[in-house]
Amino acid sequence: MIDHDTLVAFSKSYGLFYLMAMAITVVAYTFWPSNKERFEEAAKSIIDDEDMPCR
Amino acid sequence: MISELTRGERRLALAVLTAVATFGLALAIAGRGDILAVHGGLIMASAVILMFFVIAGFYAPEPGEERLAQYYDTPTKAGVVLAMIWGVIGMGVGDWVAWLLVYPDMTFDAAWASFGRLRPVHTSGVIFGFGGNALIATSFHVLQRTSRARLPDQFSPWFVLVGYNLFCLIAASGYLLGITQSKEYAEPEWYADLWLVVVWVVYFSIYLRTLMRRQEPHIYVANWYYMAFILVVAILHIVNNLAVPISFGSAKSYSAFSGVQDAMTQWWYGHNAVAFFLTAGFLGMMYYYLPKRAGRPVFSYRMSILGFWGITFMYMWAGSHHLHYTALPQWVQTLGMTFSIMLIVPSWMAAANALLTLNGAWHKVRDDATLRFMMLAAVFYGLSTFEGSFMSIRAVNSLSHYTDWTVGHVHAGALGWVALITFGSIYAVVPWVWKRPAMYSNKLVEVHFWLSLAGTLVYVFAMWNSGIIQGLMWRTYNEGGTLAYSFIDSLVAMRPYYIARAIGGLLFAIGAVVGLYNVWMTIREASAERADEPDAPVVPALARSLQAGE
Repeated sequence: MIDHDTLVAFSKSYGLFYLMAMAITVVAYTFWPSNKERFEEAAKSIIDDEDMPCR
Repeated sequence: MISELTRGERRLALAVLTAVATFGLALAIAGRGDILAVHGGLIMASAVILMFFVIAGFYAPEPGEERLAQYYDTPTKAGVVLAMIWGVIGMGVGDWVAWLLVYPDMTFDAAWASFGRLRPVHTSGVIFGFGGNALIATSFHVLQRTSRARLPDQFSPWFVLVGYNLFCLIAASGYLLGITQSKEYAEPEWYADLWLVVVWVVYFSIYLRTLMRRQEPHIYVANWYYMAFILVVAILHIVNNLAVPISFGSAKSYSAFSGVQDAMTQWWYGHNAVAFFLTAGFLGMMYYYLPKRAGRPVFSYRMSILGFWGITFMYMWAGSHHLHYTALPQWVQTLGMTFSIMLIVPSWMAAANALLTLNGAWHKVRDDATLRFMMLAAVFYGLSTFEGSFMSIRAVNSLSHYTDWTVGHVHAGALGWVALITFGSIYAVVPWVWKRPAMYSNKLVEVHFWLSLAGTLVYVFAMWNSGIIQGLMWRTYNEGGTLAYSFIDSLVAMRPYYIARAIGGLLFAIGAVVGLYNVWMTIREASAERADEPDAPVVPALARSLQAGE
């Protein structure tokens, strides 16, 4: 039977590890060297004026 | 508008409207003798009126293939106008209830004019009517530009926009009639909630279908924020509104939750409505329109990504700070407080990113009131997220909770951040989509800017003073160990601040009226110019010289 204490123990342990794993993944993705160019390109591309969709 | 739909889409529109009208009729019949019948009738009448429009344009010529070489901006145009109209209504009613607190007898002995019924018209009017329409309108615009792809079809954006406004209409009219499920920012009853789920699923599908056809390798970060807004609001809305109606013929329902679980679910919803409706969506707006208007790429794209994941993950846990010193277990309260404090990091990342993007373009901020709207929005975003983290600390909350300080904080965010970034974005997007060099009057944009700033400052300072005095009066004991002030003493002390707040709100609402007028005149200019165009095609100078050379 799942009671309050079981749920608390689960969220306190699993919650901590999943948050840490999440943080590491995001930081790795953000600073991955091969992503640098793609990000800079994306930031610049919206400034260029264009008035028609690319088909 | 109907002429932009293909023949098949017109048929689909009629079929959908028939289904909605039938649904409305069924509600009206099942709910006869109940207040639900009014809403059934309203739904049916709305659908029937729209059917007339579709039928009137049914045999208009079909749009040609050349439409696919252009972005589809008509829903964006309609959404911008609707947002400004809802803004004037929502802010107007907001100022009305502010005066109602100064003159509590101003209810004409009518139930609909009581504070409890008018206040949700204000909150839903500004959050969902004004903010929601602005988010839908700008998201369609940003999505197409950043994907370099046209919306997938012509019918579904209209379904989302019209369906969403029907929801807003049911919500606002229901409050005046006394229909509410008493959950803050989730007041509409079960049938309105179900309808919003349908609309929202279509909204998300438009996003996915357009992104699938995108011509850019990377999905620009503004779309991440817009998608988080759509997806998470769907989850929050469905879970918090789980309820069982008394019968299909009754507007009343009972929540699936009770007691402290109900409180926790409601504030998990409530604070994430702040996070994903009022923050993530508007950050999407900021990350597109601010760099675009300043003509400079965002200062750090990486920071915008880190901030995105920080905001989406940490906000999820922050809701319990609304329930300090309640029956909620102490550790859940502490968890909410901890995540709220940590939230300062991604929040300030976004605010700093916006301001650093402008660093080097301050002359543009000085000269361009539109950009200044966005700059000030980023400043207020930084201020109110700092204040929010501070207020979530349990000891601070013991002073601030249930006082006007909370109201001041909410409005620092809602006026200073949400409304200012929206007005800035609308002033940027209106000339673009209506193909005008600028707004009708830059002077009026300037007037609107200063009215907004003055209104926000007066409002927020009044509520800070009021809230702290109120909090202190409620916790002051005399030598005998009993409370020094009665509740009515604190009300009397609030009165001057309530007058100041109502004046600040009035300034802000007048600004919105000025904005609506300016948008309207820009549209009129655009249509007048089209009417002035000569009947024959204009031969560009370049083409003419080529002909001469041939």
